[in-house]
Amino acid sequence: MGETPMSRMGETPMSRTGETPVSRWIRWSKFMANEEAILKDLTGRFAFLEGKGRVARARRIFVEVPAEKWAEVFDYAVTQAGFTILCTITGLDLGESFGAIYHLSKVEGEVLNLQVNIPKAKPELQTIIGYFPAAELYERELVDLLGVQILGLPPGHRYPLPDDFPQGLYPLRKDFKAEMLDAPSPERQAK
Amino acid sequence: MGKNPEPRGVRVAIGPQHPALKEPESFSVLLAGEKILESGVRLGYNHRGIEKACEERTYVQDLYLIERICGICSHSHSTAFISAVEEIAGLEIPRRAKYLRMLIGELERVHSHLLWLGVAGHEVGFDTLLMYTWRDREVVMDLLAALTGNRVNYGVNTMGGVRRDVSEDQKKQVLTAVDILEERTKYYIGVATQETTLIQRLSGVGKLNHEDAIHLGAVGPTARASSVKRDVRKDDPYLAYDEIPFNVVTSDHNDIYGRAVVRCLELMESYNMIRFIIANMPEGPIAVKAPRKVPAGEAISRYEAPRGEDVHYVRANGSEKPERVKVRAPTLANVQVVSHMLKDGYLADLPIVVAAIDPCFSCTDRMIAVAGDMAAINMGGTAFPGCADAGSKARATWEQVRQHGIEFYRRRGVDFARLNETFTAGGR
Repeated sequence: MGETPMSRMGETPMSRTGETPVSRWIRWSKFMANEEAILKDLTGRFAFLEGKGRVARARRIFVEVPAEKWAEVFDYAVTQAGFTILCTITGLDLGESFGAIYHLSKVEGEVLNLQVNIPKAKPELQTIIGYFPAAELYERELVDLLGVQILGLPPGHRYPLPDDFPQGLYPLRKDFKAEMLDAPSPERQAK
Repeated sequence: MGKNPEPRGVRVAIGPQHPALKEPESFSVLLAGEKILESGVRLGYNHRGIEKACEERTYVQDLYLIERICGICSHSHSTAFISAVEEIAGLEIPRRAKYLRMLIGELERVHSHLLWLGVAGHEVGFDTLLMYTWRDREVVMDLLAALTGNRVNYGVNTMGGVRRDVSEDQKKQVLTAVDILEERTKYYIGVATQETTLIQRLSGVGKLNHEDAIHLGAVGPTARASSVKRDVRKDDPYLAYDEIPFNVVTSDHNDIYGRAVVRCLELMESYNMIRFIIANMPEGPIAVKAPRKVPAGEAISRYEAPRGEDVHYVRANGSEKPERVKVRAPTLANVQVVSHMLKDGYLADLPIVVAAIDPCFSCTDRMIAVAGDMAAINMGGTAFPGCADAGSKARATWEQVRQHGIEFYRRRGVDFARLNETFTAGGR
């Protein structure tokens, strides 16, 4: 198992109880070097990521990846940079486009949030179940709640909406209103 | 016959409503005799649209909504959510508030693990274990009620800190309760390691080897029982977990027996952590003033809930309502693992295999059924007031039940009567 922040510090936990916010910040800032190094490694390898990433705090890195390069960056992060844990996938309705944030984590605790934006006119993403089988349900959430197409996702039960949920309604889209569920569907109107 | 004939067997639907499962989920298992060849899971029956609802409410309203995602690990969800919001708002909560959040968090873990132990006992027909552990669980439930005012959905978090402080008396109460629970847990560890029927029933059932646990993304005690030494409290410490000494408990049994052992030993770790928290509780305020509006930004927070890693992502847009809230409860990460564990097992093992990941279900009901001989009802040491002469077939009135509840808690140090006066004077 990899080292934890605690073992990295080489201190006994007991000695820290009397610390002030300032000493705490100094202690954390030592870790931050690690996050900067990860970001630097990414931007060094993928020049197009220059200026697209930021370190939000200790162990939190946010990077925005262009859609056409996303598969490449994702593969590198998972297979070579050591981000072997998938926390979850968050789908976003950004108005003109959809966003998907892949929250990846290292065993040591650093979290890399890879955001990719895709146009609403062609909302397509590649599946990642080849890397993480557990991603299947997260991807089905994107399909059900936002109406994103996941290419390569095998057929299966929908999740999390019921089977008789109206077609073409996606609850997490910003233009969705609960009243839409009461509106007569086109098929029902035809009758 | 088609091109891909189904393996020979009988397909059986289990759920969504089924006596063996405590929450709605549907399994479709393909059986050859008693053996499970393959299984599929259909979830979503409990989908309540909370993420969408959060977008239409203020942060403080969301806190209470989020807390109601689950009746068992409610504090996990609310702490994970509010930590993300506080990170975006740039709020540094007082150290005492962090310690109080951790105190409630560990007490919650204790109540959840004891609950699981009982459920596991029940699923394998060892109902004595259920009765014992759930009785002992009352100790920690009463403690949570004394500290927060509620047995479940504690409502103790607020933006910028916590809503209630602990007094010196309450600290003593916690330590006494922890001593009792520790003694009981030692007994359960004895049961788990020596009771032949339990060992034989759980060993080799629901197998999950180390590589599969990592590959399928198992979390929490399910992963740790397959030697995956992962615990967010250690790897990605939040609150002040980096200040508390504790061990990440793992087991190499790779089966349900290992999961039971991990949870029992985690209880012991939690007791020590609670003692440490009480002994090292910093002085100072319990909350800082928080703004109504949160500046635009985003944060992801991870929390080691009793069932595993709980993930909350919050995106703020500068208003008083969040732009997006995303919740990943630990059970969702373990669902694939269940399908894997069921494969090649026996149908009769299905309930305990499912229960072994400790799937979340609501346990918020808190009700006393009263009928029959009122004079004989003697809950917690006192009969219902005014019931002794009410005749053998009388039912307690609502007022009597209420009074009984107030009395029950007063003897445990919680005075709801005074709370009630305040409400009556202020409101009605």
